[in-house]
Amino acid sequence: MSQKAHLLIRKGRVIDPNTGRDEVLDVLIENGRLVRIAASLDAPGAEIINAEGMLVLPGLVDTCVHLSEPGGGRSGSIASETRAAASAGITHLCAQPNTDPVIDSTAVVRLIRERSFKAGFAKVLPLAAMTQQLEGRQLAEMATLKEAGCIGVSNAGRPVQDALVLKRSFEYAATFDIPVMMRPQDAALSAGGCAHEGPVASRLGLPGIPAVAETIELSRALILCEATGVRLHVQQISCSASTALIRDAKARGLPVTADVSIHHLLLDESALEGFNSDCHIQPPLRSREDREALLVAVADGTIDAVCSQHIPLGSSSKQAPFPSTRAGIAGIETLLPLMLKLVDQGALTLHRAIALLSSGPARCLGQQIGHLEIGRNASLCVVDAAAMRTPIDDWLSAGKNSPWLDAELPGNVRLTVCEGRVTWLSD
Amino acid sequence: MIPSPPSANIQLTADGRLKHFLSVEGLPRPLLEEILDGAASFVEVGDRSIKKVPLLRGKTVVNLFFEASTRTRSTFELAAKRLSADVLNIDIAKSATSKGETLMDMLWNLEAMASDMFIVRHSDSGAPFFIANHVTPQVAVINAGDGRHAHPTQAMLDMYTIRHYKGRFAGLKVAIIGDVLHSRVARSQIHALNILGAEEVRVIGPKTLLPKDIESLGVSVYTDLAAGLRDVDVVIALRLQKERMDSALLPSEGEFFRLYGLNNDRLRPAKPDAIVMHPGPINRGVEIASEVADGPRSVILHQVTFGIAVRMAVMSMCISGQESGL
Repeated sequence: MSQKAHLLIRKGRVIDPNTGRDEVLDVLIENGRLVRIAASLDAPGAEIINAEGMLVLPGLVDTCVHLSEPGGGRSGSIASETRAAASAGITHLCAQPNTDPVIDSTAVVRLIRERSFKAGFAKVLPLAAMTQQLEGRQLAEMATLKEAGCIGVSNAGRPVQDALVLKRSFEYAATFDIPVMMRPQDAALSAGGCAHEGPVASRLGLPGIPAVAETIELSRALILCEATGVRLHVQQISCSASTALIRDAKARGLPVTADVSIHHLLLDESALEGFNSDCHIQPPLRSREDREALLVAVADGTIDAVCSQHIPLGSSSKQAPFPSTRAGIAGIETLLPLMLKLVDQGALTLHRAIALLSSGPARCLGQQIGHLEIGRNASLCVVDAAAMRTPIDDWLSAGKNSPWLDAELPGNVRLTVCEGRVTWLSD
Repeated sequence: MIPSPPSANIQLTADGRLKHFLSVEGLPRPLLEEILDGAASFVEVGDRSIKKVPLLRGKTVVNLFFEASTRTRSTFELAAKRLSADVLNIDIAKSATSKGETLMDMLWNLEAMASDMFIVRHSDSGAPFFIANHVTPQVAVINAGDGRHAHPTQAMLDMYTIRHYKGRFAGLKVAIIGDVLHSRVARSQIHALNILGAEEVRVIGPKTLLPKDIESLGVSVYTDLAAGLRDVDVVIALRLQKERMDSALLPSEGEFFRLYGLNNDRLRPAKPDAIVMHPGPINRGVEIASEVADGPRSVILHQVTFGIAVRMAVMSMCISGQESGL
């Protein structure tokens, strides 16, 4: 994307959860570096972005994205999905290792880093497979993969059933201070299920996944976290009981962080009425009480981050009866708009919502990102939070699997700058 | 909160007539009564020497069975033929790969043959809804059983049977026994009985065979057979599949029969004139003893006879609902 050497963002409301700053200020970027944030800056020759009435935020950080490359075919590429991310203010995203081939070799890490760099839309932070082929039997080369650029390990939602393998995975990761990312779900308790085990699934006759499928696996992970001292980031918790487990673990001082998908904050099991396969996701949408408990947990800091859990799927993936459809929502473009919707509804303050998308996920990932720091390459976005949009009108992800395509949502991203490069600029 | 709520009832035309029959849930009581009344007039057709009426003459009915079935498919076929329709039977073993595309391609092909009605059985809950949402509007879809979700024509023939023997629904207590978890028949029966005004619907079984929060469907839950059968007017035993013994749901057929199987002695708490029903095919000595299945209270074989008439009623209503929409 062509650009002048200097960029002056004028009169935006600058919010940085890291420092607590919230003021109308100018922001000056010179040769990609964030050099000043102050009132009434002057920069001759700089390109001017008028941000009056808009928010200037740290570049957003998404802790869970499925990029579909390598191996995704028609359901998207690194270029298509990172461009969608840039259009939504996201500068850094964590890529899950369940690609084809799996991210368990340095060659795959290198391929992902090269392609994302070449595409130039977002900084991709790859996760390494925790076990080879994600099979839960033998450790992957975690230390080597960390050196190659992976920021953590994950089994991408696939359970490691063998407690010995799980314990050793945690011990080995702890040795090299590699954070473990984990979406807890017991294999046997979730086998064949596609909906929350509750009144809606019982009525629709959909095979259920009970909440205990999550809490049993989460409890096991927390016990092993305590025993091994590994840094554990729990991904996409879905039920009230899990928030209690996380709250308790944090109170006991365990090195634990947690995220939730934006969809679990807005939708519950009732969204499945009429066999709506756009709302078929894993973990399943649970009860209203669970959703309310998750909202409390994001507000009070029990949950540190909200992610898109972006899974772009080809159209045929949802063209089947509900239980045979693939689980997932292409969520990267609606992450910020849906958070702004929660703010509009009064469920979250604007400051908390922004922290959950920037400083919070940065802390979960152990990365120095998600803040506006003078002297570093700039990562930020400029957002018109009042503008209403219908996502389908300018959808970019290759996956159109979203229940929000035709909804009217707040938030239009005017500018995204990722590590000094302009990655998105709209009119 | 729900982004795109699917239309509340895709089964009905704008003026409230039946155009698909996918589920009993959400249908108004007069419509269920219309099905039962219609069936009553078709029962008489079965007694004639020439068992045909011309209501579906020139129409093509496709039996689209993704799951094996002999009885249900045969009764639908007979019902369609007695209505003078042309019938095409397609048995599709559900392939494990790319079902979605295969299913869509197949539907478009069948539509191209100018079919007027699909009778669908599928192992996935919701499959007939998916098909009804994707076929051209002129094709009626009838659910012949989808996963654990619904089997509405079976439920309606059971309602016909109950009305035939009891004359009413008001004041009736009905007990459904056994594997409710996996039963599409039970779910449809529960909806139908509640819509038609039965006094109480009970489900009886061990907790492993009862769906979570099943009370929300409007039933009382019993785990003890004697307590659940007390003073009931109608007893419905559900089929227990043999494979349930392999998945830690039950220890053995023997223990299930000892605790929940029907024999004359265990039926004693029910009302003296209680009838015994079963959607078939029955497992003698598992959920029901022969002395009950073949005994005076059993109406199991009559259910089959009524099944043809009920399906004739549903098919003719759907075709006329479709035509009224043109």
